[in-house]
Amino acid sequence: MVPISYYLALSAVLFGLGVLGFVFKRNIITIFMAIELMLNAVNLAFVAFSRALGQLQGQVFVFFVIVVAAAEAAVGLGIVILIARNRQSLNVERVNLLKL
Amino acid sequence: MFVLDHLWIIPLLPLLGAALNGIFGRNWPRAATNSVALGTTGLSFLATAELAREFFGLAASQIPWTHSYFTWIAAGTLRADYALQVDQLTLLMLLIVTGVGWLIHLYSTGYMHDDAGYRRFFTYLNLFMFFMLTLVLAANYTLLFVGWEGVGLCSYLLIGFWFLKKTATDAGNKAFWVNRVGDFGFLLGMFLLFRQFGTLDFATVFDKASAMPAETGGVGILTAACLLLLMGATGKSAQIPLYVWLPDAMEGPTPVSALIHAATMVAAGVYMVARSHVLFLHAPLAMTAVATIGTLTAFFAATIALVQTDIKKVLAYSTISQLGYMFLGCGVGAFGAGVFHLMTHAFFKALLFLGAGSVMHSLGGEQDMRRMGGLYKAIPWTYGTMLAATLAIAGTPGFSGFFSKDAILLAAHDGPYSNAFLYWLGVLTAGITSFYMFRLLFLTFHGSPRYDEHSVHVHESPSNMLVPLVVLAILSVAGGWWAAPHLFGGADLFERFIGPVLGSSGTAAAGTLLEALLGAPVIAGIVGFLLAWWLYIRRPEAPAEMAKSLNALYRLVSGKYFIDELYGAVIVRPLVAISTSVLWHGIDERGIDGAVNGIAQGAGEFGERVRHLNSGNTRTYATWVVFGAVLLTIVLVWMRG
Repeated sequence: MVPISYYLALSAVLFGLGVLGFVFKRNIITIFMAIELMLNAVNLAFVAFSRALGQLQGQVFVFFVIVVAAAEAAVGLGIVILIARNRQSLNVERVNLLKL
Repeated sequence: MFVLDHLWIIPLLPLLGAALNGIFGRNWPRAATNSVALGTTGLSFLATAELAREFFGLAASQIPWTHSYFTWIAAGTLRADYALQVDQLTLLMLLIVTGVGWLIHLYSTGYMHDDAGYRRFFTYLNLFMFFMLTLVLAANYTLLFVGWEGVGLCSYLLIGFWFLKKTATDAGNKAFWVNRVGDFGFLLGMFLLFRQFGTLDFATVFDKASAMPAETGGVGILTAACLLLLMGATGKSAQIPLYVWLPDAMEGPTPVSALIHAATMVAAGVYMVARSHVLFLHAPLAMTAVATIGTLTAFFAATIALVQTDIKKVLAYSTISQLGYMFLGCGVGAFGAGVFHLMTHAFFKALLFLGAGSVMHSLGGEQDMRRMGGLYKAIPWTYGTMLAATLAIAGTPGFSGFFSKDAILLAAHDGPYSNAFLYWLGVLTAGITSFYMFRLLFLTFHGSPRYDEHSVHVHESPSNMLVPLVVLAILSVAGGWWAAPHLFGGADLFERFIGPVLGSSGTAAAGTLLEALLGAPVIAGIVGFLLAWWLYIRRPEAPAEMAKSLNALYRLVSGKYFIDELYGAVIVRPLVAISTSVLWHGIDERGIDGAVNGIAQGAGEFGERVRHLNSGNTRTYATWVVFGAVLLTIVLVWMRG
């Protein structure tokens, strides 16, 4: 059986990649994907803990996260389409109307 | 007994007039403004006449008649009522204020006829009447002080009546500030009296004070209080050292000079001293101070009047000088004579000012006597009435000023507080008075015209200005006959009238006025007249030559002894300098403004730094979110551990 630490390490690596993408990428779609990556990294950790501890709560939580992520994707992509229409660009640097 | 029970009617009527004209009169025609202003003061005069009728029906034990209407201030042990009182002194003052006041109101309808501020003028004038009547009717020092400050306010408003003129507003400010100095002393004196007697009601204070021994040995509490009250009186009545505001006050319209700065308000100081005579009689040192200040002022101001060329300035210094006589009378114990002179002075000085106003009116506003002359044919009524007033102020036997001035000098000579130095200075001043008044008369009405006869159309004033002149002229001539039997060794009827309040001057036994008739004051007056006649009728070129040969002296006197400049250098300029550099630039700008602005600026600078966090850059926000999440995780882990 694969030890839990492997799963957790993979989860941490995926989460870290998600953070880096979230912070450093300029394309909104990429940032969106980075967020999904972080969510799925957390999901992986949940499932791993659930299996290791023999409890079902972690897996239930994963379903919640998937549902929320789906809703978030629907709303978020709607916003992205609007931004793309109005700004002719997907670059977040240009979404700066609130800047002083 | 109606008016005696409702004394408040007398002062409230002019207040009603001021309120009606001031609040509702914006679009009223002249006639409405006139009838309100003259009607209320006229009714006030009639009420005073009715009061006099009722007053003489009172038994001696009922005088002073005091009536308290409501409690105005009650704080701790201090209780000040809106309480009015009537005694002979009050009655006399009421008659002077309402009578002369009404005449001057009437005169003003002619004098101010073309002024844009007509309604405002009468509003202020009525308001003044209200405060002045409050002052003389008050039954305690607190209420007297209300009137005292109120007349000061109206004086300020009316001096600066033509407020677009810088000199007028400056003069108003000067009068206000100089009076503040005096009022400060008055207030301290009131505090001292309250500490000593526990009340400020006249009746109680005077009762308790008369039970105290006279402070012959030095400065006791009564002496201190009297000196402080005197300080207030020097401010209001323009005595040394606070007289400097009165000459400048001539910037106001001439009826104001007549009413406020000659007949009534400036006499308030004399009235207050006479009212407090019980205190002063227990403080010989204060009496000496009153007499000395009065005589020195009388002399000093008279010398300045010698060389003034502005007709109103001559009269202003003359007023200061005559007020000095009144103080001399009070200071030598002849309070009755002082008040008598107050009355006659109200008649003839109001007349002189109104006459001067009539002269200015006829010459289109000219005030400089060097551009007058030879007017007696053109304006005979003005000339005749002013001649009567001049004879009165110069102390011509038979005229009112003779009786009152000689009663004062007689008391200075023979009275219980007699003082040879003050007497002779007073006599000398009488001579100077006669000289400068005839100088004024000769320069204005006699000699050859010095105005431009082609451009100035000289005309006599309208009848509503002449009627007050004539009435005042009759009073100036006859006002002194009250005391006439005294001439022949009989009783001084005026003194008998006022005696129950002010006591006797103590000269009745020592001499009669007939002796005074041939005495020094009259001779001094005649010498003054002859000198004026010689210099201004006989040899009109002589004054200029004299001014040249006595150049230094002439410049000193015509510069008014440079007292204004002295006050400016010693008091005003250091005060302004300290206020500017320390109070303004230091405490106000650095301290108070610095604290307020410093806090605001600190908040602003902090915000300036912090606002860069809110850059509007989405990726920066993302970084902060990550940073916050990491920080939160670390804190949570650390707390668990």
